[in-house]
Amino acid sequence: MFYREAGQFRTSYAQDSQIFPLRQDRIGIAIILIAAVLLPFVANAYWLSAILIPWLVLSLVALGQNILMGYAGQLSLGSAGFMAVGAFACYNLILRVEGIPFVVAVALSGVCAALVGIVFGLPSLRIRGLYLAVATLASQFFIVWALDKFPWFKNYDPAGVITAQPIIMFGHNFASPREKYWVVLAIVAVLALLAKNMARGSVGRGWMAVRDMDVAAEAMGLSLLRTKLQAFAISSFYCGVGGALFAFAYLQTVEPSAFTIELSFRILFMVIIGGLGTIMGSFLGAGFILLMPIFLNVFFHGVFGQSVDAGVISAVEQVIFGVMIITFLIYEPLGLARVWQLTKERLRLWPFKH
Amino acid sequence: MSSKNILRRGLSGVAAAGAIMAAAIVSTPTMAQQPEQYFPVASMRVGPYNAMGTGIFGGVIDYLNYVNIKHGGVNGVKLVYEECETEYNAARSVECYQRLLNRGDQKMLLWDPYGTPLAYAVIGRVAADNVVLAQAGYGRTDAADGRVWPWVFGATANYWSQIAMKLNFIQQKEGGIDKMKGKTIVHLHIDTAYGREPLPAMRQIAKDWGVNLIEIPIAPPGLEQQSQWLQIRQAKADWVTFWGAGAGMSGTAITSAARVGFPRNKIIFVTFGGAEEDMIAGGAQAKDTHVVAMVLPGKQFPLIADIEKVLYSGGAGKGNMQNPARVGTIYYNRGVIAAVNYVEALRNAQRIHNKVGKPVTGAEFRDGYEALDYTSEARRKELGIDGMIPPYKLTCRNHEGAGTFHMMQWDGNKFQIVSKDWLGANDPKFIRQLIEDSAEKYAKENNITLRDCPN
Amino acid sequence: MPDIWFFIEVLVGGLLSGIMYSLVALGFVLIYKASSVFNFAQGAMVFFAVLTFVGVMELGLPFWAALPVAIGVMVLVGMATERFVLRPLVSQSEDTLLMATIGLSFVIEGVAQLAWGVDVRNLDLGIRDEPINWVMDKTGMLISQLDITAGIVASVMVASLALLFSRTKVGRGLRAVADDHTAALSIGIPLKHIWMLVWATAGVVALVAGMLWGARSGVQFALVWVALKALPVLIIGGFTSVPGVIVAGLLVGASEKVVEVYIGPKFGGGVEVWFPYVLAVLFLLVRPEGLFGEKIIRRV
Repeated sequence: MFYREAGQFRTSYAQDSQIFPLRQDRIGIAIILIAAVLLPFVANAYWLSAILIPWLVLSLVALGQNILMGYAGQLSLGSAGFMAVGAFACYNLILRVEGIPFVVAVALSGVCAALVGIVFGLPSLRIRGLYLAVATLASQFFIVWALDKFPWFKNYDPAGVITAQPIIMFGHNFASPREKYWVVLAIVAVLALLAKNMARGSVGRGWMAVRDMDVAAEAMGLSLLRTKLQAFAISSFYCGVGGALFAFAYLQTVEPSAFTIELSFRILFMVIIGGLGTIMGSFLGAGFILLMPIFLNVFFHGVFGQSVDAGVISAVEQVIFGVMIITFLIYEPLGLARVWQLTKERLRLWPFKH
Repeated sequence: MSSKNILRRGLSGVAAAGAIMAAAIVSTPTMAQQPEQYFPVASMRVGPYNAMGTGIFGGVIDYLNYVNIKHGGVNGVKLVYEECETEYNAARSVECYQRLLNRGDQKMLLWDPYGTPLAYAVIGRVAADNVVLAQAGYGRTDAADGRVWPWVFGATANYWSQIAMKLNFIQQKEGGIDKMKGKTIVHLHIDTAYGREPLPAMRQIAKDWGVNLIEIPIAPPGLEQQSQWLQIRQAKADWVTFWGAGAGMSGTAITSAARVGFPRNKIIFVTFGGAEEDMIAGGAQAKDTHVVAMVLPGKQFPLIADIEKVLYSGGAGKGNMQNPARVGTIYYNRGVIAAVNYVEALRNAQRIHNKVGKPVTGAEFRDGYEALDYTSEARRKELGIDGMIPPYKLTCRNHEGAGTFHMMQWDGNKFQIVSKDWLGANDPKFIRQLIEDSAEKYAKENNITLRDCPN
Repeated sequence: MPDIWFFIEVLVGGLLSGIMYSLVALGFVLIYKASSVFNFAQGAMVFFAVLTFVGVMELGLPFWAALPVAIGVMVLVGMATERFVLRPLVSQSEDTLLMATIGLSFVIEGVAQLAWGVDVRNLDLGIRDEPINWVMDKTGMLISQLDITAGIVASVMVASLALLFSRTKVGRGLRAVADDHTAALSIGIPLKHIWMLVWATAGVVALVAGMLWGARSGVQFALVWVALKALPVLIIGGFTSVPGVIVAGLLVGASEKVVEVYIGPKFGGGVEVWFPYVLAVLFLLVRPEGLFGEKIIRRV
């Protein structure tokens, strides 16, 4: 009833190529954005700094992984490595370049990650599928190892950790969780919009052609070299920016080994459970993988209190999380984004199904 | 068999939950009278460090409950706690920190995450949040300087004191510092910040003594150490200071040493990777391995014996340990001592700020923690921990306290203490100087003005 | 001891470590071959299998009685996986199946800790992980008995699995399923049974790998990570080749040890973390489907 496209005509090319052609979608996105901006006025510090900031940041990283895996079809497992590049690049830029604004530093650290991404993307020209996934682990291990071994990256800190500098832009120190949240939100929103645009433009179509059948794409005149490396570069850019935000807006004190292979795996889970090749899915997947264990932890400790052995509770949480993943995949193998899509289809007909 | 086991535990869980919910509903109105003080418990009960997490935090929780049952709390203030699972993951522990920061109208007083990466993850936050970071023997070493880090406490010791104590022990075994010249010591460490933490002090001492120091890293999880031990064999090392984490890495180190025929009594384990669990993982080959102890294990101490009596004996079922046989082990005792520190600090805070019988704030608790004083034998005996920890007190400037340890040796079944007395660095002043230099450098780089400390 | 003996010792030690990697990788290959699933839960299965074995022994059963019990439990796990995870997901994409095995790994890890608690255990196989004396006397090299045992066990397992694949009816069915499971189904090969059998076999392989690794590192949670060591072995050998796994294991083990001992110290060590992967990439650049993998022919 509320979600109907009847009566909405596109009368010009500009209208035809809008990001959100449906009025309801535009209104929905606007409401979500406004709500997101106003959220800090109702959410407390815990929600902002422990839930929303990491969720947004990891959504961004998942988005990067999704570009590479979901759109370009290149299975990669090195996202945490590229996050590490971003985090350490941002630290060094702010440390070594006097008065560099935070946004510029973040953008440049994304570029650093992109360059590294191109180098480690080179094998993709010859290797495919699962083999490529394992091969990209080389980047994961090598990057963390290199950051660990060369003390210059950490400004010769005796313990080998970096402490993120304050976020300073326009002469203002964004120190409170609320301000940090807004910085993260702005960056993530802009990059998500950009990703959406890339995905539906010629760039994205190139990626999808390579994903669906690279030999055919090449026969049609698409340069595999360019397309694949472009996907690697852009994906690593997103991961790098995500890594910088992860360090500066969330963790604050970071060592290279915080960017473990487990984090890479987690990001992979987010993309698959969220839905391959969807922007929305990256956000939903990140939410599920990041927040569900926290929710289970809060819920079970709340229900069982201190009467049951906490080790049993923690283990039960793990089992339930696993069962949820399996059940969900059986119910909807294409991920959370597909559920959202189906809901929209239903909404379109509601309340008159037949 | 396994499924039966699960079923049994699961059922008991459901039953207990039901009982607790019923109890909660019945007793809520009457409970509000007694004042409460709330402590966070950031445990890791699943994952690779589950043995450590269950032991340490089992000890912490048991002591808090013991104080409630035995003494009715601290001057009538009941101790309550809230638990959160960190899985020894820095990102998750930050979430836990934020989640446990407030509970009802009370703010948490301290944070004790039991992991160096986890301590590093919050070290920048605690001052602003008025939370004491109690990193007992772990975490950032130069935070032992109370002038730069007022909110961080490392009692009873830190990593630099520990490595200095190891070297001191080696020196005594070899017959004096002059005999150390030309000896080869391998620092075999996990390839993380924690593994490299002792190196600044170690390099200095090695240079002064003319020791040939070789640093060999192991990438976590460290289930394969063949190449590391071959290098140790090639270098003809005299001693190995092992700085690992997790029972898998410890066990593999011991069996790999056996594979290359390296004598186990020349390996000295770090406190963190030196518990019964680590030795068990190494099997029969673990016999004679040296391990540094910060808190002594065993049930011979009156406090541990009494906790066992009050919480466990006769199926009292009030203890937190799933396996009661672990009461009195290294991890458990260390957890108990951590909680003894919490409670002593709370008691001090109540006294100093004239709030006896009332809950205290983070700032008041910090003052109480800084006033920790175990120098009186009578007080140690009263607490039932005499001999378990070294006598020490904290001051405004010194947040480390003792800096001394015992050396133990694994006899195949349990640890035997081999050092006569609490043993520290050969030259404690030198280590203290290193710490203060490092802290001052940090303060300078980050524009921190040093706190004025009388002592 | 002359340097050349030390070099040989490093090499032999590496080859024997490589066999231990191969044992873990074998489980991956079995499952990938039959169902095109990259079984993320293999590491968790290794942990669960050996934990069950020691747990049963703790209850008082002797070694030879505990072994069949543990095998039985692993067969049950395999059957349950087929019934509750694979069958409902038949004909889904590889990514979905991968994710399902990730869910499975959470379940197995949780159940393992629920059932057997968190205590660290030691597994004594009766084979000392210590140097064989006469080799040491003759050459000065230290070769562990456990390593030799692992080598023999791995060879026997690979030989019997290879025979199973090539000589038996089940094996032929398995290969048919691996080629194209819908086609196999249409000519009457019981997909369900084949999958069940493969997962059960992978469970038993996990048990053997877990016992050998557990004897060395203790039976504790970190065993779930032995799978990481198996990944470069898998891609060098090819995901679908049983003999490839052995060859690649030897290659990875030997080269990473030699590199770590001789080149690692120049870079502050820890090179062996990434070296096998770089080696794997180099191999793949020459042969994109691994040394023994089936050649992928791509048509438009």
